[in-house]
Amino acid sequence: MKRRQLLAIFGAATLAISPLLTASAALADALTDITTRGVLRVAVPQDFPPFGSVGTDMAPMGYDIDMANLIGEKLGVKTELVPVTSANRIPYLQTNKVDLVISSLGKNAEREAVIDFSAAYAPFFNGIFAPDAVSVSKAEDLADKTIGVTRGAVEDLELTKIAPKNAVIKRYEDNNGTISAFLSGQVDVVATGNVVAAAILAKNPPKRPELKFLIKNSPCYIGLNKAEPALREKVNAIIAEARVDGSLNAISQKWLGADLPADL
Amino acid sequence: MKYVFDFAWLGQYWPVLLKGIGITIELIAVGAVLGVALGIFCAWARALGPGWLRPAITAYVELIRNTPFLIQLFFIFFGLPSLGLQMSELQAANLAMIVNLGAYSCEIIRAGIQATPRGQFEAGASLAMSPIQTFRYVILVPSLQRIWPALSSQIVIVMLGSAVVSQIAAEDLTFAANFIQSRTFRAFEAYFVSTAIYLLLAIALRQVLAAAGLLIFPRRMRR
Repeated sequence: MKRRQLLAIFGAATLAISPLLTASAALADALTDITTRGVLRVAVPQDFPPFGSVGTDMAPMGYDIDMANLIGEKLGVKTELVPVTSANRIPYLQTNKVDLVISSLGKNAEREAVIDFSAAYAPFFNGIFAPDAVSVSKAEDLADKTIGVTRGAVEDLELTKIAPKNAVIKRYEDNNGTISAFLSGQVDVVATGNVVAAAILAKNPPKRPELKFLIKNSPCYIGLNKAEPALREKVNAIIAEARVDGSLNAISQKWLGADLPADL
Repeated sequence: MKYVFDFAWLGQYWPVLLKGIGITIELIAVGAVLGVALGIFCAWARALGPGWLRPAITAYVELIRNTPFLIQLFFIFFGLPSLGLQMSELQAANLAMIVNLGAYSCEIIRAGIQATPRGQFEAGASLAMSPIQTFRYVILVPSLQRIWPALSSQIVIVMLGSAVVSQIAAEDLTFAANFIQSRTFRAFEAYFVSTAIYLLLAIALRQVLAAAGLLIFPRRMRR
């Protein structure tokens, strides 16, 4: 009983102090913090190729890692990569363990309530993919076509809504099933994410999945703490510059096997 | 532990379930008839057939009985197209089940054939029956009669094993359950219903096989 009371007191004390701690850390402007520290701390994924994974040399690699290094370079500071999972990437930012989250982060209302977003830096979308020879440019063209999709995925739900009645949808258990069905010619057309299509392209298959049209677009943004206008402006300027000078497109070519979409 | 069952989705999704039941029944009907036919041929070849055929049959039986059904299915559906042999998911599922049941039933039927006393072969010959006639009337039917319960069980096992064909997007009963689960997120209910249906299908299949046994082996059953 006594111990529990003690614990409660400790808990209450910690709770009371913690806003002060974070407040003091946030007092200074984050951009100034980074430049004086000389280190940019970035939360990156480790388990989500091609955005972030661990290479055979145990070094992290991927689209997000290249992006983090690019921003660090432009800021003139060292880049420190902090591996995170998709569940803890926002808490890492909120508790000031990192300055930026570059972790294939999509934008939605819930997240916008707690953190800020930069301009989009990477394409992330679901679309209809097929080899060049297949002419499909809109949902109606899918009539009489056999389309492979991973059951229960976002693209399955969207495709089911937009596909014409006489389109045949084959639903596979997981992405590997969908990929195998496409490569072995069981289906001519697949509905999947650009990341999955990139994974197929990376293997240089005889059948190349080319984007026909978008189903759902949800590009990736860099996440940063609220009320950091200077840092946000700087990051946005770096992204804009990288898009103009082609370095962002080079990253996209390297990891996604495709040019950046014009409307990103 | 409190869980509120919600079967409201049944109203919307029963056609999916019904279609799934139809496909599962079709798969086992085709698979059982052709699979057992293949099994009888292989059993004959392995027990009494010409010497040059036996190693091939033995290789086939060992290959199928010692590899997972799911891998055999993937091999047929995803692998064979590379050799130019393209087939729909239903054809692939049917073929995989026939090939699988063929190997297992071969061994079951062979056990029945080899349990036939040597004297019966000689009895058939002494009645001036050709070897084919001896096999057909004197060996095969009593053999099948002997192993019918084991063969029935194997057919039921293959029907239950057919659940994995949903992996190649064949829209059987398991596919229907998975599909409903992915749309309604009512996993417990979806698998509850599909489990009940599988149970009923298996019981019905056993009844059908027992009735078929009565038709094929009238004397044994009267005894």
